[in-house]
Amino acid sequence: MITIPTAHALLLAGFLFLLGLVGVIVRRNIIFILLGLEIMLNASGLAFIVAGFHWGQPDGQIMFLFILAMAAAEVSVGLALVLQLYHRIHTLDADQADRMRG
Amino acid sequence: MVQLLWLIPALPFAGFVILAPAGARMSRRLIAVTGVGTVGASAVLTAWITAGFLHGLPDRLAYSQIVWSWLAVGGLKVGFSFYLDALTLTMMLVVNGVGFFIHLYAAEYMAEDEGFSRFFAYMNLFVCAMLILVMADNLLLLYLGWEGVGLCSYLLIGFWYDDPANGYAARKAFVVTRVGDTAMAVGLFMLFDQLGTLQIQDLMVRAQGLWTVGAFLPTVAALLLLGGAVGKSAQLPLQTWLPDAMAGPTPVSALIHAATMVTAGVYLIARTHVIFTLAPAALTVVAIVGAATLVLAGFSALTQKDIKRVLAYSTISQIGYMFLALGVGAWAAAVFHFMIHAFFKALLFLGAGAVIHAMSEEHDMFKMGGLWRKMPVTFWTFLIASASLAALPLVTSGFYSKDLIIWQAYASVHGGIGLWAAALAGAFLTSLYTFRMVFLTFAGPLKTPVARRPGWAMNVAMIVLAALSLFAGFLEIPNTLGGVHLFSGFIQNALPATVMAVSREAYESLFEWISGGTALLGVAIIYALILRMPEFTAKLTGSPTGKILHRYWFSGWEFDALYDRTLVRPYVFLARLDREDIIDSFFDLVSWLGGLAHRVLSTTQNGRMRTYAAGLAIGAAVVVGMVVLL
Repeated sequence: MITIPTAHALLLAGFLFLLGLVGVIVRRNIIFILLGLEIMLNASGLAFIVAGFHWGQPDGQIMFLFILAMAAAEVSVGLALVLQLYHRIHTLDADQADRMRG
Repeated sequence: MVQLLWLIPALPFAGFVILAPAGARMSRRLIAVTGVGTVGASAVLTAWITAGFLHGLPDRLAYSQIVWSWLAVGGLKVGFSFYLDALTLTMMLVVNGVGFFIHLYAAEYMAEDEGFSRFFAYMNLFVCAMLILVMADNLLLLYLGWEGVGLCSYLLIGFWYDDPANGYAARKAFVVTRVGDTAMAVGLFMLFDQLGTLQIQDLMVRAQGLWTVGAFLPTVAALLLLGGAVGKSAQLPLQTWLPDAMAGPTPVSALIHAATMVTAGVYLIARTHVIFTLAPAALTVVAIVGAATLVLAGFSALTQKDIKRVLAYSTISQIGYMFLALGVGAWAAAVFHFMIHAFFKALLFLGAGAVIHAMSEEHDMFKMGGLWRKMPVTFWTFLIASASLAALPLVTSGFYSKDLIIWQAYASVHGGIGLWAAALAGAFLTSLYTFRMVFLTFAGPLKTPVARRPGWAMNVAMIVLAALSLFAGFLEIPNTLGGVHLFSGFIQNALPATVMAVSREAYESLFEWISGGTALLGVAIIYALILRMPEFTAKLTGSPTGKILHRYWFSGWEFDALYDRTLVRPYVFLARLDREDIIDSFFDLVSWLGGLAHRVLSTTQNGRMRTYAAGLAIGAAVVVGMVVLL
């Protein structure tokens, strides 16, 4: 069995996280922002798995299960918000939703 | 029972504490019962304590009670403590007694006013402050009461605050009396610095021990105290606030601006009489201030149209008599006139209030007339009070008190023919303006229909005060008429007797004839001028000299204009000039920096989620970078 070095796996997780973050920042379409968020969540999940494997502990996998559950909830709420947003301002451009200046 | 002394100011204070927060939710009947009842209970207690005091008299001249220690800093120990002697007791009886009847009257007079509970809360607080003023055994507590009555006066003059003119009158009263109060505060500092105590009785003893008669220090101290007294008692040159103070409701004018508060100055001088005795020059100033004020205010009262302003100038004039009496060392006469004046002046205001109510808030006497048939109780009580104010001989209290002052202004060792002449001129003017007011208001044809008549509460208050205005004078009858000296005998337990010049005593009955005749002559002349020869009066006031005099007298000798030119306008000019000075620029810089920071930071608050996310990312990167690098 070939083991992947922890550093490589963590680098991959970090790269994915940055990819997601860049997606969140540069994309204006709110659905792609949600996608970026999903990538970031999964990147952190990957980092947990790698760390759990590295230390030989089950905690990392448990945390990943938590993240999965949370991601599911986040997506359902997020998509509901997207629908509401589209319903109200008839666009998916997140920058148009700046009326409250909050 | 003297242990219950503290309850006397505490009861009206309790009324204030109940009415101020809860008055808005209480029924009018309950408010009236609280407001009038607390003062009434206090009056009954005062009478009870008076009985005890009289019982123990020849042996115990004074009681004191320490309620609690107020403050103790270094050598200064001030107690919340009361001192009871004949002078205090007289003041307390008047404040509580007259105060109670005015409260009773006000319960009906103010019944339809929106601020009914606020009114009684202020009135109760006023009575409490005035009682503290007269009962205090040290000058600091006295000063607390002194400022307390000033505050209540401000609140009550501006009671109908919807009208900006009332607010202006309230501020004017507050600021003008503050001038005197400042002088008094400086006087207190000086007394404490020189004599090391503020306890009034200790102060008197030490002053007699340390200072000699006519020395510089007692003269300065006495003049500073006089400054405070002049402000509160509306004497020259700080008299301008009192006529404007008539903006308040009429019971307020009766209680504060006639019967009690304005006499605080008289009380202060009587209470610190030892210092004034040590400073004959200051005493002479007191007499001259009183004499000048009583004549000038008399002329002003003669020309007013507003019935309450006549009474206001008459109050200034009558307090001038009290100052004159104090100035010639006739302490008992001053306190006696204070008491009698409180009775008849309160009654005059109450009567004027009833008339004003009947005329639907009309104050102008020239629009009244013929009321004597329509309002008999008001008319007869008002007539009695007027006769007392004009000092009609033999039958009125005012005669006995004022005649005592006029006589002693001449016969005291400090007196003289000049002071006597001023007092006599004042007496003549008094009967002129008093009966001018009576004839204009009650005689002649009916000009305005009577809208309403006073009910039982107002009538009872007026009838009781009328009885006092008639009969209280018999406490003190001059030797030439039978010689009763109950009052001066009582007050001399606290204040020294007048030192008479021996050579002048023989003329007493002659001087009484003169002053009594003067009062009657005044009534006869004004009767002729107003009711018999109105054309001649019109010609007199229409002549060029008459017009100029009328303008001066009507405006109170143009004192307001004088102060406006010499003090108010230069002050406002300086304030304008000083609006943008170097110190302001520092504070302007602070506010400008705040504004700048606001503008810069608010641009980041643009509502765009992506910039926030970028901000979060950059922040996290910086934190992580710092952790890694440092």
